[in-house]
Amino acid sequence: MANPTDLSYTDEHEWLRVDGDIAVVGITAYAAEKLGDIVYVELPKVGSTITAGAVVGEIESTKSVGELFAPVSGEILEANDAVVASPELVNNDPFGAGWLVKVRVTSTGTLLTADEYNALIGE
Amino acid sequence: MTEGEFLQSAYRQIRELLSDSSASAPRFSPLHGVHVELGASFTDFAGWEMPVRYSSDLAEHHAVREAAGIFDISHMAEISVSGPDAVAYLNYAVAADVSKLAIGQAKYSLLLNEAGGIIDDLIVYRLGDEHFLVVANAGNRFNVVPPLQSRTAGFRAVVVDQSDETALIAVQGPRALEILENTVGLTLAEAAAHRPQSSLTDLKYYWSLPATFLGNPVLIGRTGYTGEDGFELYIDVAAAAALWSALSEAGQSRGLVPAGLACRDTLRLEAGMPLYGHELDLTTRPDQAGLGRAVAFAKDGDFVGRAALEAPLPASAPVLVGLVGEGKRAARAEYEVYSGDTKVGIVTSGALSPTLGYPVAMAFVDASLSAEGTILDVDIRGSRHPYTVTALPFYSRKKN
Repeated sequence: MANPTDLSYTDEHEWLRVDGDIAVVGITAYAAEKLGDIVYVELPKVGSTITAGAVVGEIESTKSVGELFAPVSGEILEANDAVVASPELVNNDPFGAGWLVKVRVTSTGTLLTADEYNALIGE
Repeated sequence: MTEGEFLQSAYRQIRELLSDSSASAPRFSPLHGVHVELGASFTDFAGWEMPVRYSSDLAEHHAVREAAGIFDISHMAEISVSGPDAVAYLNYAVAADVSKLAIGQAKYSLLLNEAGGIIDDLIVYRLGDEHFLVVANAGNRFNVVPPLQSRTAGFRAVVVDQSDETALIAVQGPRALEILENTVGLTLAEAAAHRPQSSLTDLKYYWSLPATFLGNPVLIGRTGYTGEDGFELYIDVAAAAALWSALSEAGQSRGLVPAGLACRDTLRLEAGMPLYGHELDLTTRPDQAGLGRAVAFAKDGDFVGRAALEAPLPASAPVLVGLVGEGKRAARAEYEVYSGDTKVGIVTSGALSPTLGYPVAMAFVDASLSAEGTILDVDIRGSRHPYTVTALPFYSRKKN
């Protein structure tokens, strides 16, 4: 699956759709495929404050456990309850219905463009 | 140094280099090209580059439970044992009593060391009066073959490692029988007609029949590592790809999917089957791992490990149990098990069971806490979750 060019990325395989100071965050199709079938997602609580680079959640597949790193600092505005209920959404639609959290951003870490992310994963 | 000694020493060095799988390039299955064509993702398994999944672990898992899956397990080690003393030799070298096996019958067994520790778990097939096939784990091939060879001392028995010439394909699932019966080119050998069970339909679990595929000998065992009905087919590496494609063609209209090592692991876990390196190792006695029945104390004569295992299991030795949890967070290998604040064990394998929908695990725990119904806590990355001790297996197929 091609990485959309209108998104920003991190080297921890997350994507961000930034609109003003609001960012929607998910994991990339590449990350979802590497994890395998996702069976459990734990997301930070709405209202909690996250710090860029810190572990804020977990994504488990049948075979392994992946940590969710905060790609930005800020406050969690929404967590996607649909992926908690149906973790397979992350595999099926990683850049859409499989989004994870919406954040009010206070500061961002280092973000990559789609081209830079493609280079990182060798595509 | 004579020329002979020099050659011997050079040969030994080459052999050591070849046997050190960690230092060498990955090994490829004779079916590697087939997997690449099918779009498999690969993983390193015991030095082999093997398919971990083709599409989805869960879809492959469910296909095996509901229809069928085809697995490449050519990385397994096949070792031939033959000679006039083959029975007496094997009865000394491994834990099972092979003298009781009829021709075609197979037995789950263990290769033990003198201390009663497990070098590997094995399947032993009796192929003839004086001929057996021993199947060992890929990762243990070079730990199994040397003791099997050295234990022949004093016996007229010959041990030959045939792993490099032998491919192994498993077809597992409720539709496996139908798929084999409809595989073009696969027919039972004439010798099968003289066996007590002379057809695949009649073939019982842990029995085998000789067959041919386009002129190549095939050994078909009704064995597996998934908890479903199914077969394992041993064939020369040169004919493996053709057999895979004939089986796949027969399976196409019957729900057969290629299945990787990821689902093989969740399938065997649900079926409560041990995996060497997780539930079994050199420091584990069979009776700790629930495999006391695999040690034939009643057989005549000595066998390696007998003296050590005749001593009772110390009360302090942890024992293997099944654990069942709630929710979706899986206890995984190496997570710690607690009773109150006391660490009482360690998880050896665990996953969210795809078939059952809740977490299942196997763990070694203090024997005093191994009774069914005992509630223990597993530390899952910093938080404690209750798990209940449960009889194995977690899943049993419905038998017809």
